[in-house]
Amino acid sequence: MMQTLRYVVFRDLLLAMRRRADVATTLFFFVIVASLFPLGVGPDPKLLRVMAPGILWVGALLASMLSLGRLFAEDYADGSLEQLVLAPEPLALVVIGKVVAHWLVSGLPLVLISPVIALQFDLPREAIVTLLLALLLGTPLLSLIGAIGAALTVGVRGGGVLISLLVLPLYVPVLIFGAGAVDASAMGMDASGHLSILGALLLLGMVLAPWATAAALRISLE
Amino acid sequence: MKLNWFKYASPVTFYPLAGKLIPWFALAAAILTVAGLYLSFFVAPTDFQQGESYRIIFIHVPAAWMSMFIYIVMAGWAAAGLIFNTRLSSMMASALAPTGALFTFIALWTGALWGKPTWGAWWVWDARLTSELILLFLYMGFLALHAAIDDPRRADRASAVLALVGVVNVPIIYFSVKWWNTLHQGASVSMTMAPKMAATMLLGMLVMALACWMYSIAAALARVRCIILEREQQAEWIANLGEPI
Repeated sequence: MMQTLRYVVFRDLLLAMRRRADVATTLFFFVIVASLFPLGVGPDPKLLRVMAPGILWVGALLASMLSLGRLFAEDYADGSLEQLVLAPEPLALVVIGKVVAHWLVSGLPLVLISPVIALQFDLPREAIVTLLLALLLGTPLLSLIGAIGAALTVGVRGGGVLISLLVLPLYVPVLIFGAGAVDASAMGMDASGHLSILGALLLLGMVLAPWATAAALRISLE
Repeated sequence: MKLNWFKYASPVTFYPLAGKLIPWFALAAAILTVAGLYLSFFVAPTDFQQGESYRIIFIHVPAAWMSMFIYIVMAGWAAAGLIFNTRLSSMMASALAPTGALFTFIALWTGALWGKPTWGAWWVWDARLTSELILLFLYMGFLALHAAIDDPRRADRASAVLALVGVVNVPIIYFSVKWWNTLHQGASVSMTMAPKMAATMLLGMLVMALACWMYSIAAALARVRCIILEREQQAEWIANLGEPI
């Protein structure tokens, strides 16, 4: 079982490494979106400090959503997705592997670059640490939820726009608690409550989402 | 006596049944609406705090109730369609979705109309308003996904999965929005009604809620009949209906 998981993760990572530009695109999208806000609302540091948690999280949401198209679409196009579905290993396991790879490629870089952007917004140090932790808990959840949407829209025309309509409302709790954690610690309050809920949601997502994704994939491929 | 639960699970038997039921539900909806509107405009007293503008709750509250309830019923039908693989269950789910979205929209719109004179703002980021708005997005997602897939059976099943995922998420979204709201701003506006509501007000609201129920059932049945006709075009029994389509 672990072998299957490892195989799927390595395969997807290898594919991603062959197309490094795609990975960089997601990352730069995040950076650009975050840099657009000061240009839009003005350079007042006080205002930016208040808005920073929300901006960073919305940026992460959008960046993670943009990269969802790659999760299944290419495998569907070249037929390997069908082989994965036909394989004797449980499909939910394959899905977990693909989600892990997706997170490593599109979520983890966001987490790593976020402190730099947080500095641009002049967030205090404790808030930056919280931001790192919250993104670390939240971005895998984004990949898990997004996988359901990606599986539902495999091979559907206009899938790219449709996926945002399906997935963004489901991202709302992640946004609220993720931005809430950073907000709380920027105001000098304890953020552990928010982080605990994010962790709980992540566990719930890890149990339910691969299963729902597998069901959606079977429907999309029949 | 053995009950055959699945007798009406087939479009062939359900189509005429729905046709027979629609006039009754529509009639009940019409009578209850007239009664409810009479109660709400002529019998219910004027609210001493909000004046006449409070009367919008007679449509607002039933619409909000229906919007949430229809989502759950829709997800229930969608689940039945997935589990039992019955065509009609999925058709019911897709027939309910537009009505649910309509009620969500009515709830939001009337809420805005009520909010302007009462709170002085068309929109506040209150927990209930926000979660109702997200509910509208969920309905839109369901409808959009169903419309995007050409094969109706596949569309049924894909949107059923989405509806079920949504049902798991609705409570999470509701509570997260609620906590978010209480964390961000104090209770500057409170949606809670005055604790002592006049009995006639409550009665008017309940009658209107029943009217909305009857309307929803009638509308969903009428829509499901259209869906049946559309999807079973080639079926022999439709040719034998002899009805002008």
